[in-house]
Amino acid sequence: MKQIQLALRDEILLKVEKPARYIGNEAGSVTKEKTKNLIRFAMCFPDVYEIGMSHLGIQILYDMFNGYEDVWCERVYSPWPDLDRIMRSEKIPLFALESQEPVRDFDFLGITLQYEMCYTNILQILDLSGIPLLAKDRGPDDPIVIGGGPCAYNPEPLADFFDLFYIGEGETQYRSLLDLYQQNRAEGGSREAFLLKAARLPGIYAPAFYEVTYFADGRIKTFTPIREGIPARIEKELVSDLSQAVYPEHPVVPYIKATQDRVVLEIQRGCIRGCRFCQAGQIYRPVRERDLDMLKRYALTMLKNTGHEEISLSSLSSSDYSALEELVDYLIRVCGEKKINISLPSLRIDAFSLDVMSKVQDVRKSSLTFAPEAGSQRLRNVINKGLTEEIILEGAGQAFAGGWSRVKLYFMLGLPGETPEDIAQIAVLSDKIAALYYDTVPKEKRTGRCQIVVSTSFFVPKPFTPFQWAPQCTKEEFLDRAYMTRSAITKQLNQKSIKYNWHEADASVLEGVLARGDRRIGRVIAKAYEKGSFFDAWGEYFKNDLWMESFEECGLDLSFYTTRLRDMDEILPWDFIDCGVSKEYLKREWEKALREETSENCRSACQGCGAARYAAGVCMENRQQTGLSREGEKS
Amino acid sequence: MKVRIQYARHGVMKFIGHLDMMRYFQKSMRRAEIDIAYSGGFSPHQIMSFASPLGVGMESESEYMDIEINSHQGGRAMRDALNAVMVPGMEILSVRALPQGAQNAMASVAAAGYLVSFRAGKPAFVTAETLRRFYEKEQIPFVKQTKKQQLTMDLKPAIYELSYRSMGNEDMADCGAITEAANDVIYMLVNASSSGNIKPVMVMEAFYRDNGETLPEFALAVTRTEIYGNRENADGKKLMPLKEAGEEF
Ligand code: SF4
Repeated sequence: MKQIQLALRDEILLKVEKPARYIGNEAGSVTKEKTKNLIRFAMCFPDVYEIGMSHLGIQILYDMFNGYEDVWCERVYSPWPDLDRIMRSEKIPLFALESQEPVRDFDFLGITLQYEMCYTNILQILDLSGIPLLAKDRGPDDPIVIGGGPCAYNPEPLADFFDLFYIGEGETQYRSLLDLYQQNRAEGGSREAFLLKAARLPGIYAPAFYEVTYFADGRIKTFTPIREGIPARIEKELVSDLSQAVYPEHPVVPYIKATQDRVVLEIQRGCIRGCRFCQAGQIYRPVRERDLDMLKRYALTMLKNTGHEEISLSSLSSSDYSALEELVDYLIRVCGEKKINISLPSLRIDAFSLDVMSKVQDVRKSSLTFAPEAGSQRLRNVINKGLTEEIILEGAGQAFAGGWSRVKLYFMLGLPGETPEDIAQIAVLSDKIAALYYDTVPKEKRTGRCQIVVSTSFFVPKPFTPFQWAPQCTKEEFLDRAYMTRSAITKQLNQKSIKYNWHEADASVLEGVLARGDRRIGRVIAKAYEKGSFFDAWGEYFKNDLWMESFEECGLDLSFYTTRLRDMDEILPWDFIDCGVSKEYLKREWEKALREETSENCRSACQGCGAARYAAGVCMENRQQTGLSREGEKS
Repeated sequence: MKVRIQYARHGVMKFIGHLDMMRYFQKSMRRAEIDIAYSGGFSPHQIMSFASPLGVGMESESEYMDIEINSHQGGRAMRDALNAVMVPGMEILSVRALPQGAQNAMASVAAAGYLVSFRAGKPAFVTAETLRRFYEKEQIPFVKQTKKQQLTMDLKPAIYELSYRSMGNEDMADCGAITEAANDVIYMLVNASSSGNIKPVMVMEAFYRDNGETLPEFALAVTRTEIYGNRENADGKKLMPLKEAGEEF
C-alpha cells in the first residue's frame, strides 16, 4: 500500500488544530487507480470534518459512488478557520482527502445541504477551490457543482452558486446523471449541453434554465423554464424499497472523535407522525422501513468492518419501527457479547423503552428525553404533537421508579398562535415532573435533587410544512418569550431542580430568511461571505452585523421573508418542487392548525397527503389493511 | 495472558495524536477480532497500555503496547490478523507473549533511540565535528521554561549516545526508512524513563545554542528507532529493545 503525498506541508499540518482532519487515509476510505474515463466526484459536507464525517447520507453516497467502476468519489470538508487563513495566504487550492488533489480538477463537486447556516461555507469551499462562485462564470474546466439534501427542497437562495440540484433521495438518479456525463464527454459536448440534458432527468433542477419575475411588492409573479424541454415542475426522487437499496458495509472510520463515532443503522426513513413544524416529517414521506434481516446483517457487518464500540439506531421516530423489539433484543444479545454499546435516540419513553434503556446504559448517569415542543395541550394540538401531559408524567413516573433522576425537555418558542399562557405552561409542566420525582422516590433512595433541564429553540417555519405560510417572530419577540419562560420557571415551587437553556435569537432569524428565501437572497449570501462570514453555524464565528449590513446593501428587507403572513395563493419560491405531499394537504393541515385540530398518524388513518402515489412503505400497509382508495393519488 | 505488540508508524500517520492512536488500535482490535480482555463495569474498555506516547509529527520504527488477551491462535496469526486491518503507514512488527509478572511496557521504558533529520536541508554548522565537540562537553545545560520558573538542567547524563550519520554510511542499513528529504541525520539514544526522560528536540536546541544558533520551529523531522528497557543480569544493567521481554508464541 503506497502512501500518498499530502497537499499540505508538514509545517502547516503541525501548526493547525487537529491535522488528522486533512490527511485522509482512514480505514474504509477508498482510493482508486486513475483510469482514463474515471469520473472524479468530490463529495462535500460544508462544515468541519468531525461534523461532516458524522453524516450518514454522505457515507451512503460515498459507498454507492465508489461501487461504480467508473467513479472515484472522495470527501471534502470545510477547512477550519486556522487552516483557511493559511490556504488563502499561501494560495493552496482546496483538495479532496483521498487523493489530496485539487477539487477544481474534479468532474463534480457535490455539496450536501443539511442546514441553512452552512451556506457561507459553500462559498468558502468554492473560493478555496478556485471555482468561480457564480455558476454563470464557470467554464469547461470547472467541476459541475451539484447540491442535494434537505435544504435543496428550497434551493432558490443558492440558485446562483449551483449548476444543478438533486431533489430528493440520492440513491436513485445519480447513475443516470453520470451516464449522461460520460456520454456527453465522449461526444465532446459542452458544459451547457450536459446541463441541458441533465435538467431533463427526473429530480434534477438546473436553476440557470428558469426565470423568476416579481411583483412590485417583492412577491413572485412567475417562475418559468426558459429553455425548450425543461420541466416546469421537479418531482422529488424516492427510494421505494429501502431494503434493496445500497447501504455502506465499510463506512469510513475517522481517527479523531467525530460527532457520531459509531455505527449508524438507519432503520427507516420518514415519519408517520406529521408534526406540523417538521420538514423531515413531510419531505421523506411515505415512511419506509428497512427489513429486519437486512438490519441484523448490516449491524454485524458494519461493526466488524469499522471496529466501532457503539451502534446507534437512526430514524425520526424509532418507536414507530414495527420490528423494534425484535431488533433491539437481537442487538442487546450480540452487542453484549462483543462489549458494544447501544444508543437508542428518539425513543418514546414507555415501559418497553425504559426496560431496554436500563439494559444498555447506566441509569444513574443517563437522562430521559421528552420533546413536548409546546407547553400546553392546546398548542401541542396546533402543532400536531401527539405527546400529552399524561403520557409524559406516566413515562417520567416509571422512569423515576426505575432509578432515573435526570430529565431533558425540549420546547419551541414562537410557534404559530403561541400565547403567554402556553409559555407559562412550559414551566408548569417542568415543575409537575420535578414534583412527581419527589412524590415517587422516597427520601432515602434519592441521590440528591432531580435534574430537569429545559431547553427551548426558536421556531423557524420551513418550506413544505403546514407552517410554510406562517409568520416568524422577530428577534425581540423571540427573546421576550425566552425571558417569559425563564421568569415562569423561577416562580415554580421546584425551580431549584429546573435548569433552563435557550438559544441566541439572531441566528434563528437569519435561518428563517435562508429557509424561505428566494433567488434574490443569493446576493446577500455572497455579500456576507465577502465581508467575512463563514462558519455561521458556530456561535463563536457567527457575525450578525455582517449579515445585517449585507441585507441593507442589497436593498432587501428581512421582514419580507420572516414576519410576513404569506397568502395561500402566493407563489412560494419552492412551489416548482413536488416534494411528494400536495399543497392542498399542507393547506388543510394549516387550516386544522388554526382550528387547533389534530390529525392522526399514517398508521391509524391516512391523511391523503399525496405520497400514496409512490406506492411504498406505510401507504401500502394502509391499503392492504383497509382497502382504502389511493387518496391523494393526483396532486 | 499478556501480550506485547511492536508496531511501526510512518507517513501521514505521524499526524495522529496519542489519544486518537489509542482509539485507532481499539477499533483495530475489534476489526481483527482479537479476543482482547475487557475491564468490568458499565462501560468496559479494552485492557491495553502503551509504552510511551509518540508526539504528533513523529514517525517510529518501533513502538510498543501491551494488551491482555483471553485466547489466541498464536502470535504470528495475531500479527497477520492485525496487519490485515491496518491502514497504510501502520505495520505490526511482532507480537510476543510476556512472562507472568512482567513489568508493563510503560514502566519498563528506560531509553529511546531517535533519528533526527532536517526538513529544509541540513544547516551548514551541523557537521560530525561540531556534534562531537558538543557531545564531549562535560555539561550540556538546557533551560526549561515552566509556567512559573526557569529551570536549568544538565542534559549530559541523559544522553547515552549522540552520533552523526550520512546516507550511505554502513550504520544506516539497520535504521530502516527515514524521511526522504534527509541526507544527513543525527542519531541519539536518550533517557526515556519516567524519571529523567528528555526529548530529542531539547538536545537539538542545546546543540543549536551551543553553535550560536536558534532552532526554528518545525525544522526537525524526528523518527523514533527503538524503545529500550533494562535487562539486569550478572554483568549489571544493559539496554534491550522492549520486545526482548517477551517470547514468540
Ligand atoms: S398517503 Fe396517507 S399513509 Fe401515505 S404518507 Fe400520506 S398520510 Fe401517510
